[in-house]
Amino acid sequence: MKELNYIKLEFPSKSSNEGFARSAAAAFAAQLDPTMEEMGDIRTAVSEAVTNAIVHAYPDSIGRISMRLRILEGDTLEISIRDWGRGIENVQQAMEPLYTTGGEERSGMGFTIMGSFMDKLKVRSVPDKGTTVTMQKYICPRYRHR
Amino acid sequence: MNISTGFEAGRLTLYLSGELDHHEAKKAMQTIEELLDEYMPRDCALNMAELSFMDSSGIAIIIKVSRRMRTMGGRTWIENPARQPQRVIDASGIDRLVPVAISR
Repeated sequence: MKELNYIKLEFPSKSSNEGFARSAAAAFAAQLDPTMEEMGDIRTAVSEAVTNAIVHAYPDSIGRISMRLRILEGDTLEISIRDWGRGIENVQQAMEPLYTTGGEERSGMGFTIMGSFMDKLKVRSVPDKGTTVTMQKYICPRYRHR
Repeated sequence: MNISTGFEAGRLTLYLSGELDHHEAKKAMQTIEELLDEYMPRDCALNMAELSFMDSSGIAIIIKVSRRMRTMGGRTWIENPARQPQRVIDASGIDRLVPVAISR
C-alpha cells in the first residue's frame, strides 16, 4: 500500500512517556478524521504496545523506543512500535489472553486488546535484539461538511 | 488520575477520574489499598463515569480489587463506565468476573 504521510518519534522507555505516545499518535491520526471511538481504540492500542516495551523489553534499564505512524492509501493507519530490548522468546504464548510475566501489576490482556481494537496485528521479535509490533486500522471515511 | 470516595451503608464507591495507564497504576493501587484499609467496606464499587482513558493496567486493578474484596466476603462491581473504558472492559471480558452496573 502506498504511503501518503508518516511520522517517526523516539523516546526513552520511561512510563511518563506512555501518555505522550498515545496523545502524539492521536494527533497524527486526526488527519484521517476518525470517530471518537476509533480515536479511543488507537490511543489504547498505542498505550498497550508502548507499555509492553517499557515493562518487558527493558525490565531494569532505560532503553530506546521508536514509534512510527503511517497513513497508507485506502484510509489505513499503520502504527509500529519498536524496541531494541530483550525480545520475546515465545511470541505465540505472549499473545495468549491472561498470559503475563509482569506479575500482579499486569493483566496479560495487552495483546488481546491490541488485536481486538486494530484490524491487523503483527509481532516480530528476536531474543536479545528487540521487538517490533505493527498494527493497522482502517478508518472509515465519513461525510465531511463543507 | 484522581480518586475520590463515597461511603454509604457499608459500600465504598471509588470515583476514578482522568487517565489510568501503567504510569498511574502503581500509585492508584496504593491509594485504593489504603482506602480499603481505612473504610473496611462490605462492598466496593469502581465508578468509571469520569475516567477518560484506561488500558489493560486498569483491568489489573479491577482484578486486584475484586480479589481483595472477595477474601473479605465482599462484592465488587464497575459502575457507569465511560465509553473508552467500556470498550476495554468488553475486549478483556472482565465483566464475566466483575459485573458492570449502569445507572443513568
